[in-house]
Amino acid sequence: MNAPDKEYLALVREKMPKSKHLTTVFRAFWTGGVICCIGEALNVAYSSVPGDFSSDDVAALTTITLILMTAILTGFGIYDKIGAYAGGGSIVPITGFANSVVSSAIEHKREGVVLGLCSNMFQVAGPVIVFGISSSVVVGIIVLIFKGAFA
Amino acid sequence: MIWLDFLKAFLVGGAFCVVGQILINTTKMTSARILVGFLLAGVVLECVGVYDYIRDFGGAGASVPIIGFGSSLAKGAIEGALENGILGAVAGGIEAAAPGIAAVIFIAFVVGLVATPKTK
Repeated sequence: MNAPDKEYLALVREKMPKSKHLTTVFRAFWTGGVICCIGEALNVAYSSVPGDFSSDDVAALTTITLILMTAILTGFGIYDKIGAYAGGGSIVPITGFANSVVSSAIEHKREGVVLGLCSNMFQVAGPVIVFGISSSVVVGIIVLIFKGAFA
Repeated sequence: MIWLDFLKAFLVGGAFCVVGQILINTTKMTSARILVGFLLAGVVLECVGVYDYIRDFGGAGASVPIIGFGSSLAKGAIEGALENGILGAVAGGIEAAAPGIAAVIFIAFVVGLVATPKTK
């Protein structure tokens, strides 16, 4: 009776990582999609507000709203629960970026406001901002050198 | 056809998250590395002119993921360099990203002050 059990367990072990892979990818897909749909709904809402909002302004307002929503959810510990389910679906959107800043801020609060909260809030987001701004300056200078090609 | 826009945003945003999840599953990348990778991908795609098409198609599905943050940084730098020369080249990227970065800093500061850290 033991032999089939072992075979069965080996089979389970073989199948498990793959199905885990599929589950996590599926979860990331639909949760990430839903977050982007919330963004789309905010875009639609801000576009219909009277006033001269360009498409860049609308996108900025949507980003700020998503950051605010994420910060509140993170403050109540809800975003971490979403993240445990969603994996990449909660990291890749801008909400994941906001979550990383807010959760680092809360986590290091007990070390003090200046040396704890403020100096540690960019533990994850710092590299993103450093790479983002540095690469944008490089791009700007390249464009400046080859101005004719982009005009 | 507003529902079609939502479907496109869902599919494009979901697809980026699938790429992120596959990176998590197959490599040992931390979330900081994944965010930086997506950001740089957005900068490169914007520079070669591909991201405009993704943004036109995906709407919020293209602007909400962090890759859209990278593309708007690059877009700001390109526009700044063309309009304002060297100052625009240096400041254009961060100008485009300023609303998001300022909001993240201010909101995280306030929430950090108000929220209580959970005891481990």
